[in-house]
Amino acid sequence: MTSPRTLYDKLWDRRCVKQNEDGTSLIYIDRHIVHEVSSAQAFEGLKAAGRKPWRTSAIIATPDHNVPTTEREKGIDGITDDTSRIQVKTLDDNCNAFEVPQFALKDKRQGIVHVIAPEQGLTLPGMTVVCGDSHTATHGAFAALGVGIGTSEVEHVLATQCLIQRKAKNLRIDVSGQLGRGVTAKDVVLYIISQIGTAAGTGCTIEFTGDAIYSLSMEGRMTLCNMAIEAGARAGLVAYDATTEAYVKDRPLAPKGADWDKAVAMWRKLKSDDGAKFDIDYFFKAEDIRPQVSWGTSPEMVVAVDATVPTVASLPENKSADYQKAMQYMGLEPGQPITSIQLDRVFVGSCTNSRIEDIRAVAEVVKGKHIAPTIKQALVVPGSGLVKQQAEDEGLDKVITAAGFEWRSPGCSMCLAMNADRLYEGEHCASTSNRNFESRQGSGGRTHLVSPAMAAAAAINGHFVDISKEAAL
Amino acid sequence: MKPFTQHTGQVYPFDRANIDTDAILPKQYLKSIRKFGYGDWLFDDLRYLDGGDVTTPVSERRKNPDFLLNHADYAASSVLLARDNFGCGSSREHAVWALRDYGFAVVLAPSFADIFYNNCFKNGLLPIALPNETIDELFAMSQSEKLFVTVDLQTQSIFTETHQWHFDIDESRRQNLLEGLDEISVTLKDADTIHAFEDKLKQAEPWVFQNIL
Repeated sequence: MTSPRTLYDKLWDRRCVKQNEDGTSLIYIDRHIVHEVSSAQAFEGLKAAGRKPWRTSAIIATPDHNVPTTEREKGIDGITDDTSRIQVKTLDDNCNAFEVPQFALKDKRQGIVHVIAPEQGLTLPGMTVVCGDSHTATHGAFAALGVGIGTSEVEHVLATQCLIQRKAKNLRIDVSGQLGRGVTAKDVVLYIISQIGTAAGTGCTIEFTGDAIYSLSMEGRMTLCNMAIEAGARAGLVAYDATTEAYVKDRPLAPKGADWDKAVAMWRKLKSDDGAKFDIDYFFKAEDIRPQVSWGTSPEMVVAVDATVPTVASLPENKSADYQKAMQYMGLEPGQPITSIQLDRVFVGSCTNSRIEDIRAVAEVVKGKHIAPTIKQALVVPGSGLVKQQAEDEGLDKVITAAGFEWRSPGCSMCLAMNADRLYEGEHCASTSNRNFESRQGSGGRTHLVSPAMAAAAAINGHFVDISKEAAL
Repeated sequence: MKPFTQHTGQVYPFDRANIDTDAILPKQYLKSIRKFGYGDWLFDDLRYLDGGDVTTPVSERRKNPDFLLNHADYAASSVLLARDNFGCGSSREHAVWALRDYGFAVVLAPSFADIFYNNCFKNGLLPIALPNETIDELFAMSQSEKLFVTVDLQTQSIFTETHQWHFDIDESRRQNLLEGLDEISVTLKDADTIHAFEDKLKQAEPWVFQNIL
């Protein structure tokens, strides 16, 4: 009998090609997602060394970080920013030169890397998934091992189909009970990070467990695992169950027929064994979680919407200076109620919250209403061409635009503001993205991380409101 | 990659925790498709008073006089000293390239974010995790006067004329840096093992190998 293993142990063992004497292992990579920002130098490196990709059927490329969200019918030539156009064109050229499959800019399947791969069944349970993007943790929602890598590692995976990894520690975060009204996966993960801090997961793989987690849809689980990196963990996981199975079935790249049966039999074992040992454990209760809002410049600077910006006296001594600096940057007073923060822009999108469920949540809140006159801009940027199409088939775009939002084409957009969608100096934004770092969404911009429903309600009111008390839900 | 054996340089004290990769190199510079030339944009939002992008000539930009790296006394620093969780956030290797291109060779902090830490070793930048007390001591020393340290990877030590500290580092990472190894060549020595693994996997999980387009 082997000793009980965690889900992470199993995923690791399934793809361990070789254990090196120095404690590292060679891990086989099933799926490699490539985008324009972290790949050019990797392809350049391959070229310089006269190498080719090991297995092109492992790779899917798509431009997302740097693409405009308007006038997309013009394709690459329509990108007005010269450096952005060159970068997207370079990805296109590299895909052609190395015969790498690509969902190009005008393809319906183009979109944010962490949205399109699950959508197509390119991410499947038990797989190892890498991408030159830290939010690759998202794919852990499928009981797959998704890790973000740097450009040198992108080149390494292209050339060898393997990644040199040191096994991480097992960290479990359990959320028991039932989530309250208006409390979403985004609130759960923001709450967790506010409690454990942004470095708690460093050197760890997080497995999320408990009733509250298992009750989440796949979209919710992706939101949760997506932000494991904001807690410092390179990977986040949720065990395989009937929800996973239902989502994966009939996806374009999912196994079919006898292969499906064989796969499912294998996938059903993708959960931690009873008695498996975790190095670190955290336990939370769902009923303690309210809709959350970040007030500061780190994803741990988060409180419930009905709370206030922390008072100076309440700050932990070792963090007091950083927290006060954050308040200053954000233009907030200690003890100020969260609901009193006036907003300038609203952004719904990013690999955290741009899936169909997120768009539906926004439509439900804004239906028949209009954004406040003080809101300069409210954007909804769907995560993929197919999410966009589905939302339009459901008539959600009409609801959203009638409420005064702009309905855009897929890409990372204002999450990191590499394209034209951005905040300006001093502007406050209710954003469904994942990072509230200084200037992340535009130089001098002030980001407040929230769920899609909270962002939608904030757009209507011009300031944050407690969604759990809104009648529209 | 250039081997790293020993480095002597001035310490640049940057007394902040959670210095993220957006702060190290803002997103507008990720548009470059080159692997070098990021030094002028290191800590861009802090270093300059006006905004810029890859096309803005640096000579035309206004430097922030309050940012210490802009002071003549500190501009030539090459050992960065910071607080916890250095390099958190985005996986952008461009952040490491910016530190390297500016002239930094070593980063000292109590802890690092995983992806950043990993990326450093691929580019000959040495990140060293030190106990909080040592970091406090180094901050105290570097804030009272210009501090120069020598970092020796062979003996895993950091020293000044009066002090010496030991640091721990993973043996394989140390060897790779000392020799300036190309990891891809090393892994490709195992090509047969990888092929054999792949063949077995094709039998067991054929769906992994399905053609995408």
